Amino acid sequence: MKKYITDIALGLWRLFQGMYITMLNFVRPKFTEQYPENRGEKEYFDRFRALLVMPHDERNHHKCTACGICQTNCPNGTIEVVSRMEADEATGRDKKTLDRYMYDLGSCTFCGLCTHSCPFGAIRWSNEFEHSLFTRSKLHMQLNRPGSSLAPKPAPAPVPAAPAAEPAKKE
Amino acid sequence: MWNFSVVTGWIDALLHRWMGATWALVAEFVIVGLALLAVYAVLALALIYIERKVCAFFQCRIGPNRVGKWGVLQSVADMIKILLKELIRIDRSDRFLFRLASFMVIVGSICTFAALPFDKALHAIDFNIGIFYILAVSSLGVVGILMAGWASNSKYTMIGAMRSGAQLISYEISAGLSLLVIVILSGTMQLSEIVEQQADMWFIFKGNIPAIIAFFTYIIAGHAETNRGPFDLPEAESELTAGYHTEYSGIQFGFFYLAEYMNMFIIAAVAAVMFLGGWTPLHIPGWEGFNHAMDWIPGIVWFFGKTFACVFIALWVRWSFPRLRIDQLLGLEWKILMPICLVNVVLTSILAILI
Repeated sequence: MKKYITDIALGLWRLFQGMYITMLNFVRPKFTEQYPENRGEKEYFDRFRALLVMPHDERNHHKCTACGICQTNCPNGTIEVVSRMEADEATGRDKKTLDRYMYDLGSCTFCGLCTHSCPFGAIRWSNEFEHSLFTRSKLHMQLNRPGSSLAPKPAPAPVPAAPAAEPAKKE
Repeated sequence: MWNFSVVTGWIDALLHRWMGATWALVAEFVIVGLALLAVYAVLALALIYIERKVCAFFQCRIGPNRVGKWGVLQSVADMIKILLKELIRIDRSDRFLFRLASFMVIVGSICTFAALPFDKALHAIDFNIGIFYILAVSSLGVVGILMAGWASNSKYTMIGAMRSGAQLISYEISAGLSLLVIVILSGTMQLSEIVEQQADMWFIFKGNIPAIIAFFTYIIAGHAETNRGPFDLPEAESELTAGYHTEYSGIQFGFFYLAEYMNMFIIAAVAAVMFLGGWTPLHIPGWEGFNHAMDWIPGIVWFFGKTFACVFIALWVRWSFPRLRIDQLLGLEWKILMPICLVNVVLTSILAILI
């Protein structure tokens, strides 16, 4: 009889403990992101990999030398670097120049080997994650802008005439 | 204190001026019926919204927030959707009972709802056996649930209905015995009279320990009677898909859904009327200024405030506890709740004689 009553009292006490815990959850502030409304307000962390981009500076210069290391490193053939030979203005010799930097978002696994291996920091990850499209062909995108060219090499130390290389990083 | 007899009396006089006494009575029946149905539907929609919102908050979510401001029109949109859905005819089902079951459930619920005292003089019918009528009519729903389970010709509905029958019939004993405590204390079964007696102090305060015990047992038994909370075995979704209403679709399912939510409201309202004083304001003896200030709040606000507080307890419990097994459920009723209730009734009788 004594056990019967203590069991009931203990059971009730445990139930109230459970209700206290759920009430704590009830009054806790909610963290749910209101996504379409807060578009652009949310800060994503720097290492978030959403889309491969090639930064261009204000004079439409990128830093890709079309070496093709990223293409070689890419495990699933997502990147295709199409290059052409073009006469270098300074030396007059033929030089490999980027023609089209093709990137297929549909097959990219966001492993990051391309940005990791790029010797010039020409490509990086951006936070643009809204990729939904109606046709798959639009996922196949060209990263270098039309008419863009390789940023000129920074000149030797006495003449600091290379403002192009620095802002490109910040973009 | 202002009450609704002004409005109802005015409508009565107006109808009597326009037509004969018989037709005026018929017109009043129709008006009362329509008003009750409208309030029933609106309250059910509000309850569905409240349930979804409160449930979401207990689960650290936000809940419906797309349709209308804060999602308030979500349940209206759901209602429109459910009205447009097809009524599926189940192969080899008992078609007559299948159709009848959903009506039985909702008729039992509406009949109970109609007898609730919402405010002074805002009371469709004031029986002298009001609480007995409520207990009796609310058990009509069990018949509907058993019918639905049998007529659907499906193992899930059958098991759900059998569980529901066992559960509802058991827990009605505890609910009845808990309400009996208040009937003993007040000496009447008339709801308006019970509420009037709580004008100085609510029964949960002036009924000493028995009333508090009865309140708790009634809340527990009431949750079990609504097939909700930790007692939702008849529709245990992980075991029986949806229990007794698995095979229903469209507005027939909507009837079960509405009846479930309104039964929750009715249980809360009966708890509010019997234990928390219905539409009487909170009075503390000796605090004249406080009592006077409380009198300014209309009775209907008190009634719905208390009822929704009880509804919140129901939701709180529902989203806190895991579901019981069927043997645990019946053990809780027959081994714990019913003995407590019986002892409580004896205790109340002794107290009622002594005081």
